[in-house]
Amino acid sequence: MPEGTLCNRQPIQTDEALKTLLSDTGGRQYYQEMQSLPVDTPLLWETIQKTCRSRIRTWLSMCARCGMCADSCFLYRINDRDPKQVPAYKIQSTLGEILRRKGRVDNAFMQMAMETAWAKCTCCNRCGLYCPHGIDMGVMFGYLRGLLYQQGFVPWELKIGAGMHRVYHAQMDVTDADFTETFAWMVEENEEDYPGLAVPVDKVGADIMYTVNAREVKHYPEDLAEAAILFHLAGENWTVPSRGWEQTSLAMFAGDWEACKIQVESVYDAMERLKPKRMVGTECGHAHRATVVEGPYWAGRKDGLPPVESIHYVEWLAEALRTGKLKINPEKRIKEPVTLQDSCNYVRNHGLKEITREIMSYIVEPGYFIDMSPNREHNYCCGGGGGFNGIGLYRKQRNKALITKRDQILSTGAKLVIAPCHNCWDAIRDLEEEYRIGIRWSFLKPLILKMVEIPEHLKPEE
Amino acid sequence: MYDLLTGPGLKLSIGICLIGLIIRGVLYIKGLHWQLDRVAYTAHLKAGIRGALRSIFFWILPFGARGWRTQPLMTVLFFGFHIGAVCIPLFLAAHTMILQKALGISFASLNQTVADVMSWGVVVSAFFLALRRLVLPEVRILSGPYDYLILFLSAAPFITGLLCRYEIGDYSFFLLIHILLGEILLISIPFTRLSHILLFFLSRAQLGMDFGIKRGGMKGKGLNW
Repeated sequence: MPEGTLCNRQPIQTDEALKTLLSDTGGRQYYQEMQSLPVDTPLLWETIQKTCRSRIRTWLSMCARCGMCADSCFLYRINDRDPKQVPAYKIQSTLGEILRRKGRVDNAFMQMAMETAWAKCTCCNRCGLYCPHGIDMGVMFGYLRGLLYQQGFVPWELKIGAGMHRVYHAQMDVTDADFTETFAWMVEENEEDYPGLAVPVDKVGADIMYTVNAREVKHYPEDLAEAAILFHLAGENWTVPSRGWEQTSLAMFAGDWEACKIQVESVYDAMERLKPKRMVGTECGHAHRATVVEGPYWAGRKDGLPPVESIHYVEWLAEALRTGKLKINPEKRIKEPVTLQDSCNYVRNHGLKEITREIMSYIVEPGYFIDMSPNREHNYCCGGGGGFNGIGLYRKQRNKALITKRDQILSTGAKLVIAPCHNCWDAIRDLEEEYRIGIRWSFLKPLILKMVEIPEHLKPEE
Repeated sequence: MYDLLTGPGLKLSIGICLIGLIIRGVLYIKGLHWQLDRVAYTAHLKAGIRGALRSIFFWILPFGARGWRTQPLMTVLFFGFHIGAVCIPLFLAAHTMILQKALGISFASLNQTVADVMSWGVVVSAFFLALRRLVLPEVRILSGPYDYLILFLSAAPFITGLLCRYEIGDYSFFLLIHILLGEILLISIPFTRLSHILLFFLSRAQLGMDFGIKRGGMKGKGLNW
């Protein structure tokens, strides 16, 4: 049986192909074609032979089948403790089975594996913290996604997302010109209130190179303005690159490793070109994971580090508040019960657990900050991580997954949730829309802007 | 027969076990790949070693990791089983004598009461671990004949050992069976999931290095296992 015209093993390489796939509303034809998409079993096995080495093979074979990972998985807990949601079962019945069968699996199997990899795991890596043998099933699901993507078994939105990175070097159809123009426009809108506010593009040797999430450009341009204003108020010598400004990677969610490399190299090229002292990324979890944590490996950097020191927005903000570059008006601190969402991608998976709490200590009146339980590296996924938020096909499962976070928030009693991560922010917005628990949710930037003191010399003339 | 089993038989099975484990360990380490695993193992060795040691330490310490604390019953069974499974073969008085005779290695031997408690710990824990497999749906779905076989293989020398200890039935018969089962266990270690005797440490070290180097170990105090 031939591959489909929309659902096939070829990655999206052109704008035309992108538009064609996008025009297939909801992926109706795409998923229909997937029903008869053949599995290239020799390719599957060859890929495994080349890329599946002792770590994953040992994980799969040494798993003691003890089930201690079960309770660590929020999807197992929220789905009525369905044994089929036990992490070890999920990975053994998919990747484990592909290895045992030496890649000889059929279409139905691959569709089952696709649903397992994208609707039963958000790659939050929490299970890895609860396995006595140190088996990280999230890592294995990431690997499985790569195998599935190569065979064309990938949710429609993520095929598009990965294609966007290949064509636009961004997760959506935002061009480099769109980026710089939107940033400039946002600065113009605010320069009356903040005289001297500017967005320095392609400035060589700045202290900070700022990178963003493309959807800020397309849907939330005020986020760009807030970033610019806060850098301005902090007196930072900063810049944005005209190319290589996109920090995110839907390609990572899709398992399109080639596109991951293309994307992250565009950011690293900007670093090499502009030679900033540091890169600061926006309030996004997976963007940080992709560009700072995993990216160096995709780009083949043996030290596992980006070309220049790269930090998350929360690290910059904590530093600016700590050193007094930004001063909070104590009168304006948050004086209501407030909680904080720990993003898996930079808390569990990059150790930034205390930094966000340090920020809370500056911006929340003592006594009003309430931690979720569990928290820090043991926190649960927001419910929409790993691409789950964006996949229409699995919306029902995603909405159920949100209940974990809903209940965690409810038990804090807080009505305000600070979510310095795009994915978490979306999931929390969606859980409010779905379950109406009467909460508000926010990134840090708009909150800081409301309480920061403006230095005399930066105030507008009356 | 006794001499055959405790002489050349013991040497052979220990030899297969140790050489097999060394091969497994070497193959595991050789198979690690900085780029495919996405861990810069050698570039940040200090952070890596720190991460590896923390990862092992908190998990060999009873109730040391959050995973142990959230499942206390499993933790008791786990350590009840493993403490005896590690100590009895090496430090039981009767074993140290045989090891001394066959290999010339002498270990300090355990006090009889402690040895009894440990041996019973293994057998009772093994029974409840098997029961747990049967009863809990989240473990049952993961369990197949191989899992019970491994558990049986590990517990059998302890059951027969206790029969000898209390001289129940034909002592010399059960002693031979006990030694035979012990040697079968030794030989099967490198070829089965029992290779976790070594691979547990290597796998924990690997994940510890992953978190220690890449996933935040160089950012703060390290992961709170």
